[in-house]
Amino acid sequence: MEDLIAMPLAIVASTLRVATPLILCAMGGLFSERGGIIDIGLEGKMLAAAFAAAAAAAVTDSAWLGLAAGILIAEALALLHGFACITQRGNQVVSGVAINLLMSGLTIVLGIAWFQRGGQTPALPQEARFMPIAWLGGHNLLVGAALLAVPATAWVIGATRFGLRLRAVGELPLAVDAAGISVAWLRYRALLLCGLLTGIAGTYLSIAQNAGFSRDMTAGQGYIALAALIVGKWRPVPALGACLGFGLLDAIAIRLQGVRLGGLGAVPVEVPVQAIQVLPYVLTVILLAGFIGRAVAPKAIGVPYDKVR
Amino acid sequence: MRARPLPAWVDVGLLPVVNLVLAFCVSGLIALAVGVDPRDAVRIMLEGAFGSAEAIGYTLYYATNFIFTGLAVALSFHAGLFNIGGEGQAALGGLGVGLVALACDRILPAPLLIPLAVAAAALFGAGWAAIPGWLQAYRGSHIVVTTIMFNFIAASLMVFLLVNVLIAPGSMSPESRAFAASARLPFLHELFAGLGVALAPSPLNLSAGLAALCCVAVWLLLFRTPWGVELRTMGHNPSAALYAGIDTKRMTVIVLCLSGALAGCVGVNEILGVQHRLILDFAAGCGFGGIAVSLMGRNHPVGVVLASLLFGGLVQGGAELSFAMPSVTRDMVVVIQGLVILFSGALANLARPWLEAGFARLGRVAPDGAG
Repeated sequence: MEDLIAMPLAIVASTLRVATPLILCAMGGLFSERGGIIDIGLEGKMLAAAFAAAAAAAVTDSAWLGLAAGILIAEALALLHGFACITQRGNQVVSGVAINLLMSGLTIVLGIAWFQRGGQTPALPQEARFMPIAWLGGHNLLVGAALLAVPATAWVIGATRFGLRLRAVGELPLAVDAAGISVAWLRYRALLLCGLLTGIAGTYLSIAQNAGFSRDMTAGQGYIALAALIVGKWRPVPALGACLGFGLLDAIAIRLQGVRLGGLGAVPVEVPVQAIQVLPYVLTVILLAGFIGRAVAPKAIGVPYDKVR
Repeated sequence: MRARPLPAWVDVGLLPVVNLVLAFCVSGLIALAVGVDPRDAVRIMLEGAFGSAEAIGYTLYYATNFIFTGLAVALSFHAGLFNIGGEGQAALGGLGVGLVALACDRILPAPLLIPLAVAAAALFGAGWAAIPGWLQAYRGSHIVVTTIMFNFIAASLMVFLLVNVLIAPGSMSPESRAFAASARLPFLHELFAGLGVALAPSPLNLSAGLAALCCVAVWLLLFRTPWGVELRTMGHNPSAALYAGIDTKRMTVIVLCLSGALAGCVGVNEILGVQHRLILDFAAGCGFGGIAVSLMGRNHPVGVVLASLLFGGLVQGGAELSFAMPSVTRDMVVVIQGLVILFSGALANLARPWLEAGFARLGRVAPDGAG
């Protein structure tokens, strides 16, 4: 009987834990994509931040310095993406793929060189991590940051001058340029915000949710955040809903592992975990195809702005 | 004022080399940062990749995978489409091979079974790519995002099938049973031994021949058929293609099918050629490697072959390097791949202004000297 009360509560709590990096990443991606820059590189930025945060926290024993290192490296990658996509007018998807691949290798190469643990960072003591806080309902500070990031993003995008211009630059950069506002500077600022949020997301993974960095610890969550962003139609609150939904699926998938659901006659039916894990991707495909509603991307997304034309 | 365009040989020949050199320089700096002397590393890798007949066999075997995925990306690039689903299509190609082999390896002889398995690889790869292609053409969803999602769906599908359905009875690891001898593509050293020529044993198998055929076929298709002209027209300017009466929607689906079929052939090399059983993750990043190969090879079949040889050498040399220096794992090769994609792809024009300025100066000097 106890399970009937305890299990839903546990699922809610673990949903929030799983959804936190998705929310942060999706909000980061939202800034970038509303400004017209495709960001496939969310995964790589988050992975790099997770590694940098764990490495810095392991060396300095300070969670805050870990956070600073995570944000710093994610910002550096965001600037690299900006240099490639905005200044060099390179292919945005290619740049993102490069960042993801580079970081999946580099985090291990550096991890082995610095810590000699096969790519893992040393297990962190409690004082070097963001630990659960009682007045946050047993969640850590970064979960709170993720929940704050949504209204903050909604406000910046929807109610500030910067947000208005950013949305314009994602739809029709020529108009923004004609108004005498720098397209490049707007987009660089959007990418810096994206770097900040993905940096916090990565930090959360390695020094709040876990006690250290391990190989490929993002495990596709950057792509799930991208999916949530699309399912949320590039708007903050719906994207939050999608992140929570995907988090819930994940929490349920963990609980359902090995559980047999009723049965068809004599044959017990077991829901394969993979079927649940794959749902975010399938939903994204279905939504993009316009079978349920329509997800329309910012019009100028993926197109480098060329002033000369 | 814009500098005058570069001579063709600089654009096609020099610029890719400059980009590659930049990528390798950064790789060298990273090697230095982790305490590895880049000169030692390069020497060990070169020796490991090309130093012996066996090493060359391994290099060519890895290169075969990159040729398939590189051609897949290059073909779609020419049509203005970016297929980053090579990883998933390769996995499905392997599934096709595995299903045919598991179903028929005790019934059919090799001469019947092998063509059937190759066809299944191409068909499964094509089918897996056709869905994103169709969705892009007829439902307007972005092909990049759908192919990414399909990579994950393919990975989950493979795990599900291998863990729950195709797993060998009594096996603890997610693998199918080993195929019978009729479902094995001959190794090249076996073939040549039959002809009386001794080759060093390596995983290099007949798939390399299939890869060579695919290169020629893609080149003919792209540059020697009217259909190839239509395809490239669509890549240059979709609205012009539409105006010229080309059915761009149909073209999109067909291109993705062909691209997926090429990527699916990785399954032939790995499953039919080497593993002889269906396993997980056999594509091991060669889908993304194909993007690097295609970008580096300027989307031309010849360039793809050259880049594949280099990447095959990198993978094989990297494996040898991690034997010689246990602190350097194969992840270093992933780093180099990432840097090549960055410099040959996203930053492809980084060096162009410098080269243009250099050639503009040369151009100014030459007429003066003549006059």
